[in-house]
Amino acid sequence: MINKLWGFFIIAGISFTLLFGEFSGLNDTILNSATDGVKMIMDLLPIIVLWSGIMKIAENSGLLYKIGNLVRPLLSKLFPSLKKDSKALGYITSNIVANAMGLGSAATPFGLKAMEEMQKENKNKEEASDAMITFLVLNTSGVTIVPTTVIALRMMYHSQNPEEIIISAILATLCSSIAGLSLDYIRRRKKK
Amino acid sequence: MNTISKMIIPLFVLFVIFYGYRKKIMIYDTFLEGAKEGLITVFHIFPAILAMVFAINIFLNSHLLEKIFSLFIPFFNKINIPVEILPMAFVRPISGTASLAIMNTIFANFGPDSFVGRLASTIQGCTDTTIYVLALYFGSIKINKTRYALTTGLFADLIGIIASFIIVHLIF
Repeated sequence: MINKLWGFFIIAGISFTLLFGEFSGLNDTILNSATDGVKMIMDLLPIIVLWSGIMKIAENSGLLYKIGNLVRPLLSKLFPSLKKDSKALGYITSNIVANAMGLGSAATPFGLKAMEEMQKENKNKEEASDAMITFLVLNTSGVTIVPTTVIALRMMYHSQNPEEIIISAILATLCSSIAGLSLDYIRRRKKK
Repeated sequence: MNTISKMIIPLFVLFVIFYGYRKKIMIYDTFLEGAKEGLITVFHIFPAILAMVFAINIFLNSHLLEKIFSLFIPFFNKINIPVEILPMAFVRPISGTASLAIMNTIFANFGPDSFVGRLASTIQGCTDTTIYVLALYFGSIKINKTRYALTTGLFADLIGIIASFIIVHLIF
């Protein structure tokens, strides 16, 4: 699916620009996107390295397992295919909490670790497991409670009440998460 | 709310280090070990990020989306959906920076407390860059068969965008 989408973006983008747009800009776009990619990774690099270090302490001291314990009953219902004592559950919890508090960049390293742990339990290493898909649906439907960037931008434009959108965002998030998880559940069931 | 979210990281770091100290593990060596693993992770996700940024940049800069939207303007005017929100709703799953840029323009033109402004804020807050996240997370563990992950994620986004529209209508 990602293969097709990736191809579609490039083929549609280049052909449309060649036909209707200014293709002098296309050169710059192609060459600069490599630089943009490097910039993006450079923003992520220090955060991921730092948090991986700190989370390793949490893992080795048993703290991560304890965090996982707090929500294990709930999460094991959402992730029935994961082992009951899976390390992934601790990382999934940390990722969801960081995302919910609007700390998007701090959440990424936890999410990557969660994927790594789920991959260890995955039978077919090339194919996404049920648990991975549930996790990503939960992650991308965005359980954000405090959308920090949005609030900051609203403040910048002198909103009368920058925080007022927290309520509407939470309600909308609830709708999208429930819809995503339901569809995930249905499709997971259909497979068997 | 904002102060709480600013205190979470310091308190979390303090707690993790303190806990490791109490459990008498070699905190410094453990940190280095984890940091090294983090470096390897970055190394693994780098190609996926570069590939996605490349494709997304070409696609967004072709302005194909704007062309398609312009066809639907009469229809959306009829059902009372502000046209300004369309590019944002479509770009949101692909690129966080691009949708933030569109929201910026909406704030500048209509103000953050207008209907479109609130709608944009809610959409930005309730969904994530699904396509980018999938490429990043699956790329990091070299999975290429993603099964129904993408369509399910995009379905959730669509419901989130429709819900945002209804909710902003109802509560403000």
